[in-house]
Amino acid sequence: MGKIGAEILIDALREQGVEHIFGLPGGAVITLYDKLYDSPLKTILARHEQGAGHMADGYARATGKVGVCVATSGPGATNLVTAIATAYMDSVPMLAITGQVKTNLIGNDAFQEADVTGITRPATKHNYLVRDVKELGRIVREAFYIASTGRPGPVLIDLPADVAAAETDEVDTALQLPGYKPTSGQGHARQIRKAAEAINNARRPVLYVGGGVIISGCHEGVRELARKGSIPITTTLMGLGSFPETDDLSLGMLGMHGTVYANYAVTHSDVLVAIGARFDDRITGKVDEFAPEAKIVHVDVDPTSIGKNVSVDIPVVGDAKKTLEELNQLIETRERGEWLQRIRQWKEEFPLTYDRNADVIKPQAVLEAIDRATEGKAIIATDVGQCQMWAAQYYRYSRPRTFLSSGGLGTMGFGLPAGIGAQFGCPDQTVFVVAGDGSLQMNIQEMATAVVNELPIKIALLNNGYLGMVRQWQELFFDRRYSHTYLAEGNPDFVKLAEAFGARGIRVEHPDRVQPAVEEAMRITDGPVLLDFHTDPEENVFPMVPVGQAIDRMISGMA
Amino acid sequence: MQKHIISALVANKPGVLARVSGLFSARGFNIESLAVGETENPELSRMTIVVGGDETILEQVRKQLDKLIDTVKVQDFSNISHVERDLALVRVHSPVSRRSEVLELVQIFRARIVDVGHSEVMVELAGTEEKIEAFLDLVRPYGIREMARTGRIALGRSVNR
Repeated sequence: MGKIGAEILIDALREQGVEHIFGLPGGAVITLYDKLYDSPLKTILARHEQGAGHMADGYARATGKVGVCVATSGPGATNLVTAIATAYMDSVPMLAITGQVKTNLIGNDAFQEADVTGITRPATKHNYLVRDVKELGRIVREAFYIASTGRPGPVLIDLPADVAAAETDEVDTALQLPGYKPTSGQGHARQIRKAAEAINNARRPVLYVGGGVIISGCHEGVRELARKGSIPITTTLMGLGSFPETDDLSLGMLGMHGTVYANYAVTHSDVLVAIGARFDDRITGKVDEFAPEAKIVHVDVDPTSIGKNVSVDIPVVGDAKKTLEELNQLIETRERGEWLQRIRQWKEEFPLTYDRNADVIKPQAVLEAIDRATEGKAIIATDVGQCQMWAAQYYRYSRPRTFLSSGGLGTMGFGLPAGIGAQFGCPDQTVFVVAGDGSLQMNIQEMATAVVNELPIKIALLNNGYLGMVRQWQELFFDRRYSHTYLAEGNPDFVKLAEAFGARGIRVEHPDRVQPAVEEAMRITDGPVLLDFHTDPEENVFPMVPVGQAIDRMISGMA
Repeated sequence: MQKHIISALVANKPGVLARVSGLFSARGFNIESLAVGETENPELSRMTIVVGGDETILEQVRKQLDKLIDTVKVQDFSNISHVERDLALVRVHSPVSRRSEVLELVQIFRARIVDVGHSEVMVELAGTEEKIEAFLDLVRPYGIREMARTGRIALGRSVNR
């Protein structure tokens, strides 16, 4: 007795250790869903395919495992595209399985047909259209291998309905990837020696670490490097959590909304050591004036990341973890008292701050309240915009895989589904979604998924009635012409909305109520709770580097 | 702006050409020529891509090309001793009165006549791009009616000088 494609797929997923699948059924995946019906895999029904995709993404970011999502052909698959592109930009290992019309209909403009491998080609690490059921077992194994090795990323398998239903005895399983040679070892020994030499001789070194540190799991190595050499360390948005922000050596985040002291330190550094970071434009600002005095060391697993945006003096292509193991042995213990003193002064002079005595709720205060209530140990899944930046600035991360955010693509609507995915992957951890009223409404339907599954996620809605980040730009650069950024007049009553979904909702309108409301949410463990914080509508994210400016030219507040 | 001849060994299966060309177009590179054909191993094709562009951006494209799962090997022949050829089919206007002049050029260039009409001949010419350009230059006054070219193909020499 042979097996049909859907069974081969499920077997292969189980063999890869998959426990959760996030998806939404449809005509082209109905056979697969029939087989999932009595499979031991936990299949989570999202309310929109984009939600399913972000759930798989959040699951992957929080656990380090490959997240799996499923959608049907045509519109199901195109709805998944934003989630796939989000995962691609942030190097998240993900497997997207899409149904496709039957093989004999492909190219005929059939009902719910879309050229999904064509559409997703530039947004996936690799993709497959399965034409023969005999290939399916091999393809699933290859997909997992590709998604999770080297620089990880999403892989899509487009599975025609007839292939999912076709029966075979032959399951071909040997990988055929002659062209795929992911970097997995340490960097070149000579380059590592050069890097160590540069660091040892540096008077004003700075570590600039990104998401690659979290992906490779080398946060311990980074901490050792920083402490051994007394090297101040700044993280990108994606690197938050790789170094405890309570540590004296921590500079917090750098770049457009980074701290003044991080940007100053980078600008004045003589050796900048980038690890698993890619010199994104939100980090560098004006490239010509980025770290102008520094010799740049760049450790990255992806050769294409090196020398792409800035020229690098000492490139090291290798896995960050293995490279650091080698590098740290060559690093000499240093005090660097003068440099650290200068940084301490910058920290005192230009701290991250806001008006703590306001009689309206400041969004920053909400993050600080969550930080206190969770002791910096929660998983924070964010939306995109001001809420994301405040979550990055005012929560003090200390563990990797606790800050989940769409950094590269900047996808609004990411937070809630990503938080749901993370809660499935980490059932024992506290998950907070930090959302804005604009972003939350982009995937609000997933409240149902959280309610049905009794997930104790907490949604901190920073409700300012605006598409806040765009409004901020309009205020600063467009003469306060708030073109189409005002949301308040159309916003729903979010507490009632939460209740309509069967969730708890708590409205918070006074600064004194912020901390108690967060504490109250912490006590709710049998389902989701939405905290509707009515925050200062025109609060801005500062400091800010205007687009195209050097990163030491920051606006620190309104004149 | 230096021209680069990039030679890529890729999996011989559907979609690979789109992946490769997509890499170039996504970065705003105009491919000057691209030739694809099977190799000694039927599972692999060789793509020879001629492209001009800023050195650092080309380096980025070469690395991106290498990163494609379906790409087995990428070489930039710019600094490697190699043999390159381009094949052209050219229909040259040549009424009987002037045909001998055209035939003379064909001989000099060691090209071949592969089709003859009342007032034109079709010439097949293989060689380096330079040679083909030189030939085209000389027959242009007679009138080039139509032309098709393969674009360059290239292989590294056995002994690299």
